[in-house]
Amino acid sequence: MAFQINTVKYSGKINVTPVGAQKINLGGQTAFPFYDFEGTFPNKPKLAIQIWDMDPGEGFSVPLAKAFEGVLGDPGAWAKKAVEYGADIVCLTLKSSDPNDQNTGAAEAIAATQKVLDAVDVPVIVFGVDNKDKDVETLSAVCEKFAGKNLIVGPVTDKNYKQIGAQALAYGHAVIARSPIDVNLAKQLNILLMDLGTKPENILIDPNTGGLGYGMEYCYSVMERLQAAALLQADDKLQQPIINMLGEEIWKTKEANQPTAAVPTLGDQTCRGVLMEVTEAVSLMAAGTSLLVLSHPASLKLVREYIDLWTDGGPVKDDGLPEVPITPIN
Amino acid sequence: MALTGIQIFKLLPGTNCKKCGSPTCLAFAMNLASGKAELDACSDVSPESREKLSAASAPPIRPVVVGYGDTAVKVGGETVQYRHEKTFFNPTGIAALIEDSRDDADIAATVKRFQKYQYLRVGLNLRPELVVVKGGPRLAAAAKAVVDNSDLSVILYSEDIAALKAAAEALAGKNPLIGPATAANYKDVAAVAVAAKVPVWLKAKDMDEVAVLTKGLNEAGVKDLVVDTGARTPKKAFEDSVAMRRAALVGQNRDYGYGTIAFPAEITKNLAMQVAVAANLIAKYAGIVVLSDFDGAVVFPLLLQRLNIFTDPQRPMTQTEGIYPINEPNDSSPVLVTTNFSLTYFIVSGEVEASRVPCWLLIKDSEGLSVLTAWAAGKFSGDDVGQFVLKRSGIVDKIKHKSVIIPGYAAAISGDMEEELPGWKVAIGPREAAHLTKFLKEFTVS
Repeated sequence: MAFQINTVKYSGKINVTPVGAQKINLGGQTAFPFYDFEGTFPNKPKLAIQIWDMDPGEGFSVPLAKAFEGVLGDPGAWAKKAVEYGADIVCLTLKSSDPNDQNTGAAEAIAATQKVLDAVDVPVIVFGVDNKDKDVETLSAVCEKFAGKNLIVGPVTDKNYKQIGAQALAYGHAVIARSPIDVNLAKQLNILLMDLGTKPENILIDPNTGGLGYGMEYCYSVMERLQAAALLQADDKLQQPIINMLGEEIWKTKEANQPTAAVPTLGDQTCRGVLMEVTEAVSLMAAGTSLLVLSHPASLKLVREYIDLWTDGGPVKDDGLPEVPITPIN
Repeated sequence: MALTGIQIFKLLPGTNCKKCGSPTCLAFAMNLASGKAELDACSDVSPESREKLSAASAPPIRPVVVGYGDTAVKVGGETVQYRHEKTFFNPTGIAALIEDSRDDADIAATVKRFQKYQYLRVGLNLRPELVVVKGGPRLAAAAKAVVDNSDLSVILYSEDIAALKAAAEALAGKNPLIGPATAANYKDVAAVAVAAKVPVWLKAKDMDEVAVLTKGLNEAGVKDLVVDTGARTPKKAFEDSVAMRRAALVGQNRDYGYGTIAFPAEITKNLAMQVAVAANLIAKYAGIVVLSDFDGAVVFPLLLQRLNIFTDPQRPMTQTEGIYPINEPNDSSPVLVTTNFSLTYFIVSGEVEASRVPCWLLIKDSEGLSVLTAWAAGKFSGDDVGQFVLKRSGIVDKIKHKSVIIPGYAAAISGDMEEELPGWKVAIGPREAAHLTKFLKEFTVS
């Protein structure tokens, strides 16, 4: 008898979540990630690129500064560049609003968002700095100013969901619900948002992504458990697509920022960071993500290519992929 | 087929002699069923029962050791599909492929380079372990060049049986994995493996043929097997990998109860794309992944991923208790104390390093708990931390001031600490490590 894979029956599915004015669909899968021998996957994972609302300055990763040379400090131009590089979605982070940084306010957040919306025709995420009060100040204003523009705003936490959640609901935006790597807390936050009136398909789950080598495994297992709850137990409070903000976790690590010459055993700096980003992206896709927020365009290109191979099948087309130089070691 | 506790109980002597350490035979049977006891603990079990029980208690995926010494890799031996169900036990072996057409000097230089890809992290040495030597007539010489110039373990890859035999003999004591055993040659490969007492990897053309070959090799006397399902596209390699794990664990099909070897090197020439394929297969069950070459930019991300995926979720990674100097501190540099949860250590040390402020970071054993949890569980209490700072850590010999910074989440212990540390100033640091830079820049020791 011919070999047959042991299959699993699922009783639930991940919500189809259309984002942006362009209605790009996230989610919709009916089985564990990429198990298309036992389920359907109407929407491939989408890829966003993260941009800043200000010039990142000295401390910014050199490979990222190089990839976005000439557009840093101009969110509109940066967003445009991200879309040229192939981003499905642009994630504007309001870095300048950090009280430990420039502590800018609502007016600056609105101005930066306006620039991005004017520059690109893809869904836009407006992301705060995970400071409960500052994010209420900036994101509430952004929600109101851009009523009906179908933004995705976050992070919304159990500390500020009432304010930001209500504004997003009132002005027609989706929210990113962030909880600290825990299935029950993710569910609780979703329930709170739904009680507020937020539609289930206007919520994305942000499980709080850890970096590769810096706690990725916690997020990985929480995501697998979220998928199990959503698909096997049909828990409709957890059937939201998952978003992972992984790019910045990678590029803030020590290893991604050490120059090639300083540690030749870690290889070429740009390749190293890109492949760390790719490795984490593939891991998180295996755990069930629907939306990856990346930083480097080469990562996006490789991840996109890999998603196509993973879903559509067929051999790898080697042309046009970035080459890895072998770094000599003395 | 795994037996239930009751089924096992019926095969035990029923004497309730307690010699095994369990109060009754039934309790022992339950422990056997859940893997908490070994059958050898029972001295009175009959030979017939022993045979039945050991066949039934054999692991669903046979563990096989490949290689020798520090670079030996265990393939198989897994018991779950998802790491949160228990843990994954045996980290995927990472290999690079070397053709025997390259001369010995070139191979020597290459493996000496491979030898340098080693990284210390959380007290572990992360490194790729394996080299696949592929070819024919020069197989033995090339394999010898690998083991003479490095401590890497070897997988032999040749359909030339004479070459395989010579190479297996040349690597006596190094326990190479040899193959590929195929439908055409498996009996000959088995003969070589039996003589050399080494494990075999088989290459099937599809999942059906996997069962044919594992059965055939078992009959030919080779039980230590590693399976290449023959998949050479990313999608198929992923699907077969899942199918193998499911067949063994869900289907309890012994013919598929083996660890696997996958060849990203034969799926694409592009090394960057090989990393994506390998990352997918490390997350999803491969026993060994074979790349076309190593470089730090290639192996380091995969080693980190492997570390993460194979960390036991029930036992948090910990950093060794002790003093960690950061940014070259001196006797008037600030002292910070935090818990030994590895993530806490990584994040705090990373932020302190980024601040460029010279500091002494003290890591106190808190059984792998993060600050808030450790404090709540009483593993980071004021008297305990105070004692640690004053006596156990040895920091007093390195500084001439008397102040220490504790994490913001453990602010409540400062009073108790001050009692333990007469004359000291206990400063409360930020709750989040991200705010350490600002804090340290404004902080002065007293």
